[in-house]
Amino acid sequence: MNDYSDATTGYNFAYLDEQTKRMIRRGLLKAVAIPGYQVPFGGREMPMPYGWGTGGMQLTASVLGQDDVLKVIDQGADDTTNAVSIRAFFERVAGVTTTSATAEADVIQTRHRIPEQPLRQGQILVFQVPIPEPLRFIEPSEEETRLMHALEEYGVMHVKLYEDIARHGHIATTYAYPVKVDGRYVTDPSPIPKFDNPKLHMAEALMLFGAGREKRLYAIPPYTRVESLDFEDHPFEVQQWEEPCAICGARDTFLDEVITDDRGGRMFVCSDTDYCQSRREEVA
Amino acid sequence: MTSLTQPFLTVDALHKSFVLHGQGGMTLEVMRGLSFSLLPGECLVLAGPSGIGKSSLLKMLHGSYRVTGGRLRLHFDGDGEEDGELELADLPAHAWHSLRRDVIGYVSQFLRVVPRVPAVEVVMEPLLACGVEPDEARERAETMLARLNLPPRLWSLPPGTFSGGEQQRVNIARGFIAEHPLLLLDEPTASLDAANREVVVGLIEEAKARGAALLGIFHDEDVRERVADRLLPLEAHMGAVLEAAESPSEEIR
Amino acid sequence: MKCPELQRPALLEARGVSRLYGPGKGCEAIDFTLHRGEVLGIVGESGSGKSTLLRVLSGLERPDTGQVAYRSTVAQGHDGAGHEGELDLYALGEARRRALLRMEWGLVHQNPRDGLRLGVSAGANIGERLMALGERHYGQLRAAGQDWMGRVELDPKRIDDAPKTFSGGMQQRLQIARTLVTRPNLVFMDEPTGGLDVSVQARLLDMLRTLVRELGLSVILVTHDLAVARLLAHRLMVMRRGQVVESGLTDQILDDPQHAYTQLLVSSVLTP
Repeated sequence: MNDYSDATTGYNFAYLDEQTKRMIRRGLLKAVAIPGYQVPFGGREMPMPYGWGTGGMQLTASVLGQDDVLKVIDQGADDTTNAVSIRAFFERVAGVTTTSATAEADVIQTRHRIPEQPLRQGQILVFQVPIPEPLRFIEPSEEETRLMHALEEYGVMHVKLYEDIARHGHIATTYAYPVKVDGRYVTDPSPIPKFDNPKLHMAEALMLFGAGREKRLYAIPPYTRVESLDFEDHPFEVQQWEEPCAICGARDTFLDEVITDDRGGRMFVCSDTDYCQSRREEVA
Repeated sequence: MTSLTQPFLTVDALHKSFVLHGQGGMTLEVMRGLSFSLLPGECLVLAGPSGIGKSSLLKMLHGSYRVTGGRLRLHFDGDGEEDGELELADLPAHAWHSLRRDVIGYVSQFLRVVPRVPAVEVVMEPLLACGVEPDEARERAETMLARLNLPPRLWSLPPGTFSGGEQQRVNIARGFIAEHPLLLLDEPTASLDAANREVVVGLIEEAKARGAALLGIFHDEDVRERVADRLLPLEAHMGAVLEAAESPSEEIR
Repeated sequence: MKCPELQRPALLEARGVSRLYGPGKGCEAIDFTLHRGEVLGIVGESGSGKSTLLRVLSGLERPDTGQVAYRSTVAQGHDGAGHEGELDLYALGEARRRALLRMEWGLVHQNPRDGLRLGVSAGANIGERLMALGERHYGQLRAAGQDWMGRVELDPKRIDDAPKTFSGGMQQRLQIARTLVTRPNLVFMDEPTGGLDVSVQARLLDMLRTLVRELGLSVILVTHDLAVARLLAHRLMVMRRGQVVESGLTDQILDDPQHAYTQLLVSSVLTP
């Protein structure tokens, strides 16, 4: 199939065999056709433990082409352990070009963030998903949750939000905030901060979600309506910070709190390292 | 209004027996061939010694005893082709709900106490069932209880702890408040003092005046003579007759 | 006077309903009609098939044979087979059947833990059915929760407490509030007072009587307790070995039982 990777690594291109990739692509086509619906797939063992992004990696492997440019981020950063090792993995088994620049990437695998820079048509964002089932917290039975999805019995989703307000005075769910995709399926957007939820709505890029342990994948195709669940008198809101990014001065990005010393010193900086750096370069 | 000369209730050849399966299918016959009629505005008093089954007749008219044989008919105003006649003996169970709410009232010998329900609410209940507003129902219930000399401090208490006479007055208030056109009275004055017996006599006279038909059991001779328009002697039709078990129950039912 | 209207519209009908797990186990050839506004008690000993019948009637268990017909007031005959204006419960799609259970019916379990979400607050428990019907106003959900806690004699201040901090009787009242908040047309109750202390039972019975009258509820009540049946039910069906041996007005069944088994049942109770 591919001379390069066969010859140099002993693996098929992008690690997975072609039959497996074909099977996953069929699943992805179904997922795109039914936005937000969880499609089961025959997940393979990856040379990494569950919880390290094996679901996302299998999806990336299945959609990656030889000419594609790959970016991998973990919580917005290109240089954390998870991102570095997955990037190295694909460099080795697929020989693809990698980048940290969002605009240059064709495929971006992500753990728990959506890049700040708006994605464009043709890009694919692959999410690593720990628990794909948004109803799981209230209904442990898989059989029952599938039925609830089939019958659109979603009243319980608001029970969780109700509890939040009753306990905290506001909806305290800050990540993995449930959404309704295309007016039909309630979906877990993976543990992205709810700050990123609005970026799911009518996005230009294709968004794919892979859960390795549970062997489920789902998709939000480009230009799909994505609503975050809320109450009329407690509408959905994203996080806000009182100060700008300490490094680039951005006021419209998701900030991480960084502890700078052991005397309570701290600063807030962009979680998207590529975005932060490119802004600094612009300023410079 | 129903004509005062046409009976409201007609009973024909009424027959009642109990089959006691626990006693080897023994049949206990308590009534045979009883016929009478009752006019609106009339109070008919059942006469005869106790144990003769006078209460059984009232219970058949109230639907809580099944009728073994014979006919029990109510005569309502006709409506076009309908002659307004209603046969009670084979009435389906669910039809009794409305009949008891709107037509047939029953003052039993003893109050069946519902735990925790205050006396005034026990009395209000028949009115609420007819759709009377709670405020009005409460007012009428209180008026009734006051008339029966039940001290106001008892109104908001559940009657479970009341004396026999107090419970009986709650029961009477509950029975008379909805002004049913047919009232079945099972010894309403049994445990009352003279003053309250007087009130009950007044209630009965008012019911008659508005055209209600009353069928009652009164052991108190004084009350009986004052309220009864007629006496219905039952000896000829009554008396527990025990039959041996050999008569198969199918024949009786 | 004119004869009052005695016929009441039928709400639920069982026609030849059978569900047998083995000979005499389950329920067999059940026919009856529940009329609007009626409280029908199903009485019998344990193992008589009354709980199986309740499961079949309430849409939880498909009968082997027979039909359960419901006259819906919301969607007349919507994809239901058979007579006009009536739904054949088991000919409906599962989605519609479950929607019916959620929107027009209510089920009160014997054990409140089966009917409550123990992990979320009392208020969320009461609000869940409203949210399922599309209520999306937190303030209104909360107001409804407090109102219903008051109706079932729970302290509205405890709206944010978890049900597991409530006593058994309080949990049962919470379950009732959770079920009745959407004002269902038809409520199924499975031994609602079973497992409660006598004093707690009395309070619950009184409350149920009031709610039945105020909301004009139609109820199918399963109980082995004839005293409970006497207080709550207008009409009774007596079951034995999967079959109905006798049915009639509650006081008629209890004061003048006809069937040998009913006589035995009634005479075995201390104070029915």
